[in-house]
Amino acid sequence: MNVLIWTIAVVTVLGLVLALVLYLVAQRFKVEEDPRIDEVEKAMPGANCGGCGFAGCRAFAEAAVKAPNLDNNYCPVGGNDTMAKVAAILGYEVQAKAPMVAVIRCNGTCEARPKVNEYGGYASCYVKSLLYIGDTACSFGCLGCGDCVNACQFGALSMDPVTGLPVVDQEKCTACGACVKACPKRIIELRPKGPRGMRMFVSCVNKDKGPVAKKACANACIGCGICAKTCTHEAITVEGNVAYIDPAKCKLCRECEAMCPTGAIHGVNFPKPLDKDAVKERIKLRQQKAKEAAAAAEKPVILSESKESVKKEDKKDE
Amino acid sequence: MSKHTFSIGGVHPHDNKISRECALEPLPIAPVVYIGVSQHIGAPSVPCVAVGDKVKVGQVIAEPGGFVGAFIHSSVSGTVKSIAPRADLAGRATTHIEIAVEGDEWLEGIDTSDTLITAIPDDAKAIVEKIRLGGVVGLGGATFPTHVKLSPPPGSKCERVIINGCECEPYLTSDFRTLLEKGEQVVVGAALLQKAMGGVPCTIAIEENKPEAIAHIREVIAKLGYKDMDVMVMKMMYPQGGEKQLIDAVMHRQVGSGALPISVGAVVQNVATALAVYEAVQKNKPVIDNSVTVTGECFPRQANLIVRVGTPLQDIIDYLGGIPADAVKIISGGPMMGRAVANLQAATVKGTGALLFLTEKQTRRAPETNCIRCGKCADACPMGLEPFLLNKLSKAADWEACEANAAQDCIECGCCLYSCPAQIPLLDNIRVGKGFVLSAIRARAAAAKAAAEAAKK
Repeated sequence: MNVLIWTIAVVTVLGLVLALVLYLVAQRFKVEEDPRIDEVEKAMPGANCGGCGFAGCRAFAEAAVKAPNLDNNYCPVGGNDTMAKVAAILGYEVQAKAPMVAVIRCNGTCEARPKVNEYGGYASCYVKSLLYIGDTACSFGCLGCGDCVNACQFGALSMDPVTGLPVVDQEKCTACGACVKACPKRIIELRPKGPRGMRMFVSCVNKDKGPVAKKACANACIGCGICAKTCTHEAITVEGNVAYIDPAKCKLCRECEAMCPTGAIHGVNFPKPLDKDAVKERIKLRQQKAKEAAAAAEKPVILSESKESVKKEDKKDE
Repeated sequence: MSKHTFSIGGVHPHDNKISRECALEPLPIAPVVYIGVSQHIGAPSVPCVAVGDKVKVGQVIAEPGGFVGAFIHSSVSGTVKSIAPRADLAGRATTHIEIAVEGDEWLEGIDTSDTLITAIPDDAKAIVEKIRLGGVVGLGGATFPTHVKLSPPPGSKCERVIINGCECEPYLTSDFRTLLEKGEQVVVGAALLQKAMGGVPCTIAIEENKPEAIAHIREVIAKLGYKDMDVMVMKMMYPQGGEKQLIDAVMHRQVGSGALPISVGAVVQNVATALAVYEAVQKNKPVIDNSVTVTGECFPRQANLIVRVGTPLQDIIDYLGGIPADAVKIISGGPMMGRAVANLQAATVKGTGALLFLTEKQTRRAPETNCIRCGKCADACPMGLEPFLLNKLSKAADWEACEANAAQDCIECGCCLYSCPAQIPLLDNIRVGKGFVLSAIRARAAAAKAAAEAAKK
């Protein structure tokens, strides 16, 4: 019996002493950490995708706490809601950013862009791009091996077996940018989602001259510039034989889409299908009016120049 | 059996030299040739002719774009039709000079006779200059400008010239035929290289599957009586023709990571390059043609052709009777390191060595399975790398770890892929990692240079 009591007593005392040692050591070598880091991390989505540019959500939280403001730290996955929470914890102000979505800027379906050779190598876009331009005549377009699909952690991308192109599920896409980095041809772009998801973009990045691009792919942007001439908002620029729509300037009028001879310009999520003929008619009328106005302006019998210019500006606003 | 070979790794694929009996024959000149301006490693050459100019065979049509660059000469006589981008073998657009052929008029001063000139000029510098003016590049496939190799940086000294006659790639026989039919010229070319490097000894390395060539070259050396020149019979092993491997095999010296062969006192030149050196120095004939093996089990008309630079591949194939029905893949180069041809309209370049036709059965890749950790790839790697590890790191996009494990030293010989029982695309993945590592190294070097210049100011 004595042995038992002694054993319990010794073990208890030993335990208490060791607990005290542990406590003292923990106090002595305590690492001071901002408690807000944990709070911010809890507010994060926890995807650890790296879309913000940091190694994971914890790294983002550490950086956000250290930073003087949140201008350079933005979680694209959590979006404005998460950033509002983070800002509340840290006492910063955050500017709401328009939600973004990945957009595939290649429209070269199997039908429009026939294969000129058969690729038998390892199914990876990056490997393929190192070997040669790809199995179609277009050296800019989608290679179709699905590196972007593998890179997406949110299951937002899939390959369409009919077109051979990746498809973005805009509900799942968080605009983390992993696919943008994974694509060796750089055909994926993050663009603002647009009001009610409505957005316009040029679905081609082919920088070849018109005839070459057209020969390689029926849906290619041939750099003809009709869209840029049509656009009344100066949203479209043609550089290096390919058009680009600036999402900040685009007013979603869809005139470029109606005028594009190859169908390279896409408008998505519009409630009504585009009535090309009606839009073309409208543009024609407007251009005719503008011509008449210009002809009138050239005539010497004008009252005053200032009135004329005011008139012109009115036309523009229409 | 010879025992001479490199010390680590290597594989031994069946050599399949089915075109070895086909004598070299000149290909009729194509009606139109397209001569690319980047046929060598280094800066692309700058065209120095204009559309509409008449050019003769051997006339300079593009000048080097930098020190590491080469002259490009017209391989035909005719009129320059255009200077425009055109798709190369991989389909990438590069600038080509299109020349419509009219007759075959050579530039004055080029000796087109067959007389062998064995007298070696005394001036080593003049030899290198003639090689430079002749647009000679490494014709073994790497196409590194030869005059750059022959101008060692100050402080390094060449101790031995090695003429690479291994031709370790399966199927290829153009170097073998060159040794056999133009052995004298190759030996004189070797003697010229010897002289250019300051009279150092020279070894002509030939693998033992070419006994006729070995006997012939030995005979020629004895006949011509050049000093310090010998033939070394090599054991058959791939990739013996790799520069670093050959130096290891012949001199038992290891070239360090990122170092040049000259750092261990070696200069390696291919047999075809030695021939080009002979022609450039003794005959004033620049590199305007090269020998191309056209072969494959499914290809009925085997041939070793002498092809003018810039000939469209389609013309070569048409001359030999077209593409066989069961051929599914055409490779430019050997089966181990060659690249599949995506574009038959592409023109040959100085470094084009072979066209190989393969059937569906020969090219089909078996499905990839899991790594069984047998280590065969590590045993096979002639650079002493660990392909299984690099494959994993490359897939994980860990470029720093790739560099720490020397992905940049990969010579892309394909031994790992060849030896893998699980059919893992090791080389495909490692090549991705190598690309990233090399660009990181280049970026660092550029940054260091910029920083040094900024410090100077």
